Amino acid sequence: MSSLSDKQERHYPSVWDKPPFISNSLLRWGIILGAIIYLIAAIASMEINPQRLMEGIPRGQRFIASFFPPNFADNRGVVWDGILESIWMAIISTVAGIALSVPIGLGAARNLAPFWVYITCRSIIAGSRTFPEIILAIFAVKLFGFGPFAGFIALSLGTIGFFAKLLAEDIENSSESQAEAVKATGANWFQWINYAIQPQVMPRMIGLSVYRLDINFRESAVVGIVGGGGIGATLNTAFSRYEFDTAAAILLIIILIVMVLEYASSYLRKWVQ
Amino acid sequence: MGAVMVVINSGTEIEWRRRTTKKQIGIWLGWLVGISIILFAWSVISEKTVWFFVQDAPRQAADIGSRMIPPKWSYITKLLVPVWDTINIATLGTIIAMTIAVPVAFCAARNTTPHNSVRAIALFIIVSSRSVNSLIWALMLVFILGPGVLAGTIAIGLRSIGFCAKLLYESIEEIDESQVEAVKATGASNIQQMTYGILPQVLPTIAGVGIYRWDINIRESTILGLVGAGGIGLQLNGSINTLAWTQVSTILLVILVTVFISEWVSAKVRGAII
Repeated sequence: MSSLSDKQERHYPSVWDKPPFISNSLLRWGIILGAIIYLIAAIASMEINPQRLMEGIPRGQRFIASFFPPNFADNRGVVWDGILESIWMAIISTVAGIALSVPIGLGAARNLAPFWVYITCRSIIAGSRTFPEIILAIFAVKLFGFGPFAGFIALSLGTIGFFAKLLAEDIENSSESQAEAVKATGANWFQWINYAIQPQVMPRMIGLSVYRLDINFRESAVVGIVGGGGIGATLNTAFSRYEFDTAAAILLIIILIVMVLEYASSYLRKWVQ
Repeated sequence: MGAVMVVINSGTEIEWRRRTTKKQIGIWLGWLVGISIILFAWSVISEKTVWFFVQDAPRQAADIGSRMIPPKWSYITKLLVPVWDTINIATLGTIIAMTIAVPVAFCAARNTTPHNSVRAIALFIIVSSRSVNSLIWALMLVFILGPGVLAGTIAIGLRSIGFCAKLLYESIEEIDESQVEAVKATGASNIQQMTYGILPQVLPTIAGVGIYRWDINIRESTILGLVGAGGIGLQLNGSINTLAWTQVSTILLVILVTVFISEWVSAKVRGAII
């Protein structure tokens, strides 16, 4: 009798448990065990030096204290120049990057391009996406010399990987029937692209280009660290001259501009759609 | 753009147009302003450019390119530890970020925030973490913690909080309220509503966002070495500074392979979860 009630107990548990996230228990415990082993190995190889960390605490306090109050007054001209240079750099590299992205994006859409064009364009996109803008900027500085031109080249190349990929995906998802309808009227290739594909992808692309402008401005704050001009160069100088109050002011200005851009881009996207 | 065409009746004949004259002029003005901004931006940038260097660039590119071939394959053995460090920076950084991002996201979502002032603070955390690049975070942390993997890990963590919390709070705001109400109807407390009504709905998003950010972080952590925060960027910086171009090309190939593998893993895992 008791074995039966045991069985019933097992079949109809009186306490409800949440179903586990991964239903296969072997896989679940395998993943948990693997994660624990990895974490131990990873943390062990980090070479945390407790003594150095203890020294770091007062240093960190002094460091953060030296940020306040942010100094907007000194070097005002330099900071202002850097900000403007970053803004112009972000605008021009977004425009150039998108201009380059459109043909590459068209070529990377499987439903438009022959196979060899598709492969070529996809490899360009993959290459541009793999390397962060900083690495592109290092090479651009080597080739074109110090200054905003190198930053402009790096950001434009970075834009291709982002914009062309999303454009190609959007074209691949666009409605076949509209494309066919325009083709049936006897449209040539350019008319076909312009009247069948372009209206379908345009609203999303406008939103994305504002988003990319926002990214390019943020990135322009770091390409300066490797010599690519813009506010990053000013920020780097402030850090290496230990003018942390100026650095704090620059960081605050960057945060403010990014907030404004983000608000503007979400507003524009709502307006377009 | 209006869906209806404009008809202009000029007495003798009827003309069809896509837009009214006023709208057309407005669009032209928009283009004019846009193009002048672009031209002005270009003039500012080109003023600060030494065109001699730019003209020289193709020759330089060919020169550096020829020095980079063939990659120095034997150097790969020295890159194993930096790659391991890079992956650790990304993984541990993502774990730190997600641990902080989940509560921040719950504070920032309109339907779960305890108070509006808490929401404002959470949104400020999100924006400031997002607008400061991980390289700048690393630059500051190297000052405080000294050079090494730890500074890089925390930099990646701080940078990722905003990204993860933003995506999470947007998905929390889009949950199905009726499920929460059903749990509430059983007499569940606030915490229980959270764990049984809301959390199961956003759990796939949490996992998906974490994996997605991990993939981005692998890419970001390859450059942190430039400011001394550990990872393969240290070797890259050193090789570029010593003009060891065959090592540079090896490092770039290793980064390429690592990023491809992480992208593949991320796509597979996200496909399995969602």
